[in-house]
Amino acid sequence: MNEPVDHGRRRLLTAATAGVGAVGIAFAAVPFIASWNPSQRAKALGAPVAVDASKLEEGQMLKVVWRGQPVFIVRRSKAVVAELGNHDAMLADPKSQVSLQPSYIADTGAARARNPEYWVGLAVCTHLGCSPLGAFEPNSAFQVAGTDLGQNWPGGFYCPCHGSKFDISGRVFKSMPAPKNLTVPSYTFTGDARIVIGTDENPKTA
Amino acid sequence: MAAAPESAESTKGLIGWIDQRFPLTALWRSQVAEYYAPKNFNLWYYFGSLAMLVLVNQLVTGIFLTMNYKPSSAEAFASVEYIMRDVNWGWLIRYLHSTGASAFFIVVYLHMFRSLLYGSHRKPRELVWIFGCLLFLALMAEGFLGYVLPWGNMSYWGAQVIVSLFGSLPVIGGGLVDWIRGDYVISDPTLNRFFALHVAALPLALVFLMIAHLMALHEVGSNNPDGIDIKKHKDAQGRPLDGIPFHPYYTVKDLMGVMFFLLLFSAVIFFAPAFGGLFLEAPNFEPANPLQTPPHIAPVWYFTPFYAMLRAVPSFAGTQVWGVLVMGASVLILFFVPWLDRSPVLSIRYRGPIYKFMLGIFVVAFVTLGVCGLRPPAGIYPMLAKICTVLYFAFFLLMPWYSRFDKVKPVPERVT
Repeated sequence: MNEPVDHGRRRLLTAATAGVGAVGIAFAAVPFIASWNPSQRAKALGAPVAVDASKLEEGQMLKVVWRGQPVFIVRRSKAVVAELGNHDAMLADPKSQVSLQPSYIADTGAARARNPEYWVGLAVCTHLGCSPLGAFEPNSAFQVAGTDLGQNWPGGFYCPCHGSKFDISGRVFKSMPAPKNLTVPSYTFTGDARIVIGTDENPKTA
Repeated sequence: MAAAPESAESTKGLIGWIDQRFPLTALWRSQVAEYYAPKNFNLWYYFGSLAMLVLVNQLVTGIFLTMNYKPSSAEAFASVEYIMRDVNWGWLIRYLHSTGASAFFIVVYLHMFRSLLYGSHRKPRELVWIFGCLLFLALMAEGFLGYVLPWGNMSYWGAQVIVSLFGSLPVIGGGLVDWIRGDYVISDPTLNRFFALHVAALPLALVFLMIAHLMALHEVGSNNPDGIDIKKHKDAQGRPLDGIPFHPYYTVKDLMGVMFFLLLFSAVIFFAPAFGGLFLEAPNFEPANPLQTPPHIAPVWYFTPFYAMLRAVPSFAGTQVWGVLVMGASVLILFFVPWLDRSPVLSIRYRGPIYKFMLGIFVVAFVTLGVCGLRPPAGIYPMLAKICTVLYFAFFLLMPWYSRFDKVKPVPERVT
């Protein structure tokens, strides 16, 4: 009964018990950590949204909500679309190589749109998620939110939070806080001006 | 920590009964009545006790605010208006809480600056300082979460910007942001969990950290404006010759500070609770609108120096994570100050001109960053913020060199 204490054995058992306890705590933490992920209800609200943009005049913008995020739909005149490729030198990522967009948008070049007349993009600044403002009047020291956009302003978006500027295809200018162009979500046309945001499928009803 | 409890025979009656079961008298003696603090504390030593006072104010007013506040995106804004207009004295309780938040940061910034003046973070008080830095981190989190709760438009977009910071981290960023929000946007679940953290988790952390901060302080003893160890010279009973009992000497002194503080505090609450848009921002008097960013987003004043550093760093290599890292580093670097500072003396009284110059530059840079963070990112402010960010980091990162090579004056044996 009175054998000497085996300290090595005691240390091993203590360490093993502590180890098993730590694993148990890690497993017990999983439900609590996972409970912070978007709930089933939040996921269900991410369904596609259909928008009728036919009432939009040239130079006007519509803001709709998809997955709780604001989405811009801008109707551009032919003249504006024709000018789009002319200021690539001022842009950080003119070809949208590091920016987020579906592949069929990347193929459309400077227009960044399935139909160049309607530009669709997330109204969420790629810097820290503010909602940029539309500033479509080109040139002539356009004033927005108290900031002078300069003589060579080609028309586009201005983020009031940290001063990022984007062109009217949502492409960011050089040396801006925002690192990427505005994100283009997947969307499709189901009519001339009927846009479904959040799906790639094109039922070809047009 | 505690001196062995004096035999229970010294207390009688109810206190004696308690002392045989709980170290009440022993704690009172070791922590208050026989805690010897240096006799030469000056004005800068008010801010620790004032921080405790403001913490108590925030706890008490916060508890009463939760009795009428509703943490849901549909009801939060209206419930705050209800508190302001219909709840009896609700406006006072809320203004005590909102002004208290700003007062907390004023007091804590001055408290931390005191440490840079007199070397209170130096050996053997490194842990006091580290617990203090953790308190500051917890306080920043608490301030941010509390700012979201009224669910005004600035609350909403402030939350959007700060939560998006985590999205810039490589690989895990996107999933981490969804995890924090509990949704694909800032919404009801986000508000609800921020409320839980603001009223339960972080106050608990603040209280425990404050206890640890004080325990570490009372273990090693307080520093003083001379930066001298008062335990080197003791009388026959082992009491420091330059020390006086915390009670009644410093309890009375701190009460004087409390009176003066409450005078200013009440003046703000009764005459300028929004403080010209610094303590309560105008866009926050509109309900949260996920489709409309306020034309100019500025955080509350106490975050603006760090926010200015975030904005000062441009994005490159296709990510803006660098600004986030710089902002994180600007807070985390505080933890290392006890080891960055290599001066042979503690107090600024015996330091040379270089430290005084660098500390002056640091203060100017910090205040300028605060101003830059309040302004739109246009004109001279972006460049000013870049320069001051460099100066802010220069103060810390060059400290191992300039603090060592700086001339020092001889330090006296006893406090002056």
